[in-house]
Amino acid sequence: MANNVDALFIFLLVVSGLMTLLIFIMVVYFAVRYRRQPGRRAEQIDGSHALEITWSVIPFCVFMTFFMWGALIYFKERTPPSDSAEVYTVAKQWMWKFEHMEGQREINELHVPAGRNVKMIMTSQDVIHSFFVPAFRIKQDVLPGRYTVTWFHATKPGTYHLFCAEYCGTMHSGMIGSVVVMEPKDYEAWMSGGGSQPLALTGEKLFTELGCVTCHRADTQGRGPNLVGVFGKPVMLEDGRTVTADENYVRESILQPEAKIVKGFKPVMPTFQGQISDEQLNALVAYVKSLNQQPSGQPGNVAAASPQP
Amino acid sequence: MATAVLETAERETYLNREYGIKSWLLTVDHKRIALLYLMGITFFFFIGGFFALLIRLELLTPAGDLVQADTYNKLFTMHGQIMVFFFLIPAVPAVLGNFLIPIMIGARDLAFPRINLLSWYIYMIGGVLMLITILNGGVDTGWTFYTPLSTEFLKTNVVTAALAVFVSGFSSILTGLNFIVTTHRMRAPGMTWNRLPLFVWAHYATSIIQVLGTPVVAIAIVLVALERTLHLGIFNPALGGDPLLFQHLFWFYSHPAVYIMILPGMGIISEIVCCFSRKRIFGYKAMAMALLGIAVVGFLVWAHHMFVAGISLYAALIFSLLSYFVAVPSAIKVFNWTSTMYKGSITYQTPMLYAFGFIGLFTMGGLTGLFLASLGIDVHVTDTYFVIAHFHYIMVGGMVMAYLGGMHFWWPKISGRMYPEGWGRLAALLVFVGFNLTFFPQFVLGYMGMPRRYWDYSHSPEFQILNVLSTAGATILAVGYLLPMIYFLWSMRYGKPAPDNPWNAAGLEWTIPSPPTTYNFDEQPVVTWEAYNYDEIKEEVPVAN
Repeated sequence: MANNVDALFIFLLVVSGLMTLLIFIMVVYFAVRYRRQPGRRAEQIDGSHALEITWSVIPFCVFMTFFMWGALIYFKERTPPSDSAEVYTVAKQWMWKFEHMEGQREINELHVPAGRNVKMIMTSQDVIHSFFVPAFRIKQDVLPGRYTVTWFHATKPGTYHLFCAEYCGTMHSGMIGSVVVMEPKDYEAWMSGGGSQPLALTGEKLFTELGCVTCHRADTQGRGPNLVGVFGKPVMLEDGRTVTADENYVRESILQPEAKIVKGFKPVMPTFQGQISDEQLNALVAYVKSLNQQPSGQPGNVAAASPQP
Repeated sequence: MATAVLETAERETYLNREYGIKSWLLTVDHKRIALLYLMGITFFFFIGGFFALLIRLELLTPAGDLVQADTYNKLFTMHGQIMVFFFLIPAVPAVLGNFLIPIMIGARDLAFPRINLLSWYIYMIGGVLMLITILNGGVDTGWTFYTPLSTEFLKTNVVTAALAVFVSGFSSILTGLNFIVTTHRMRAPGMTWNRLPLFVWAHYATSIIQVLGTPVVAIAIVLVALERTLHLGIFNPALGGDPLLFQHLFWFYSHPAVYIMILPGMGIISEIVCCFSRKRIFGYKAMAMALLGIAVVGFLVWAHHMFVAGISLYAALIFSLLSYFVAVPSAIKVFNWTSTMYKGSITYQTPMLYAFGFIGLFTMGGLTGLFLASLGIDVHVTDTYFVIAHFHYIMVGGMVMAYLGGMHFWWPKISGRMYPEGWGRLAALLVFVGFNLTFFPQFVLGYMGMPRRYWDYSHSPEFQILNVLSTAGATILAVGYLLPMIYFLWSMRYGKPAPDNPWNAAGLEWTIPSPPTTYNFDEQPVVTWEAYNYDEIKEEVPVAN
């Protein structure tokens, strides 16, 4: 991605450098060539439609190449590949908290393997922050109350700056960290270092503890919709709309269950707003997503030992 | 009329008609009100500039060592709020526009002289509220007031700062309203729309933005104050609000506000380039339509400030595309100014030096705007020093250069005195060099990844050398700005008396005495010529010194 952005940047530099040079040369040349001289008067010229059109149309066409190229890169930046490793991120004044799917937690330091797509699923506990890794040429604001997403594909092992790019209060400039890109095998070793449980498993336990499982059963008998295979699919709502079940949809359904009622169900679910932390919410989202990975539709892939509902 | 010079001492003018503080504070003369504004905006310009110098000094070293983090946050916040709301927005319209528009169209005054005075008082009330904010310990929201930081988390004087911005907005609305009505209703016989100086066209376009855009930011700012005091839950997601809603409302005004700041500057440059090239403007109609085009399309591009803020992919694509549309009329203007010089008879007085500077720096500011409008690039450079450099090239390199150029161009008319040409050229050169040294390195810093609003960058010592260059440039720039203030004041007493038309320029303002009388014209002027009729003016610009 960095190479793509740099290529476009260099293209823009060259084109706008030429345009600036053209203007500079014209201004300097005219200023000198047509400086006031005795015996010569200015020649009046009203204008020229042909020239006006020329310097409207040509710049417009050049601008459209800037637009198209930039849009293509952005489209890619906004579309994380489906095979990405996922990292849940919670930003707060003034630190970055990361949680890997495997359950490792980090603060202000993010370890990722080289050569792998990494998708950041981010939210904030307080104000707006922004996840900015200059070396990867990516930036995404992190908002309270919803998820925003970005992704990257690091190729070279090393340590890179992580900055908060949205002004967030007193220690804004101290809300920094690093992204440590490791060789895959070093990464495996680092991963196996901690004894934590996978995020989806944490989510599954919460799912039981909070009683979600009593209504969201893996059959059609529950008072709430069966969540198996729902993630990433379109969902028909009671009011006739259809939405895609993404991270923000699952999040909203937990915090504001009445906002989007699935067709055929009643608004009976209580809200969990204020009762669970952002980290717990992330775990629940990760669990709901994990229900997709089992083609048989059994939500048992993350913890095969767990009893069937 | 050329003989009027000799009589300056005895002749009655708007300046010596009445004396005493009351004759100024209760005046309804647009020229006197312009001077009242001039004092206000000059005061705020130097306050805002002082904050900028402290910012630059802090960034001289990577560690946060000169001031505390909170102090630094207040400095950049108040620098931004003062410069945008109390200098850049009113500067050209309320000073030069106020002084010149009635004269340029052959009128005695603006359509609503009392409202004009009222708008100055409102501006001053806003200014006093801003000063109270500063003296009470300042505010650290960033000039953008982003929520929920501003509404729920900061402990500083957010409400008085919001009130200051809110109040000053009404001054801007009233000035805009006054200019629109004046341009429609007060033009002298023969002063058709196609004969208006582009300076008037530029202010007409600006006024439309002021009248239509300012209420929106006023609403947004009031909602911030209400949310902060009453916890309404409009912008704060914890209360069911949406923080992006604030950004939409804020930028719906604050992007067009960029054009409030730059369009009047474009008007000034058109006047100056024509005069010192002895030429009619190249493509008059295209220039006028480009001004209106920028004003209209400028309302449709606001979300390009939000490409990484969490707006949808397709919204981002549309706003990127529209942002390129607004670049086309800007390009037309640059090419037309340049072409106006073609086959001219050019002299290099101070105003023209500022015009050269404007064309170059505005071009660079505009072109780097195209980088930011390009989505793929914006993601990397937004909220970095690249953005800071870009908008300072437009605001300072463009607008402030134009403002200073205009002040030098019309100073003889305003004060009746000539400024010292040699000092003027020196100051113009210092401003140009100082400006580039200050802001060019910031483009590089931004691409290297230095985020804006960072008090401390000790984690990235590689940023230091460019910051040192930038701070060095800022000191040169400061000298460049102090000089004109000093010699303008000096010239009021010691400057050579100005002839009615020191530049042999076209335009009604040069047909009346310098300084003008209270009612501008002794007889109703009748216009029978096109704007910039330099072919009918036999004399060249007198060579100074």
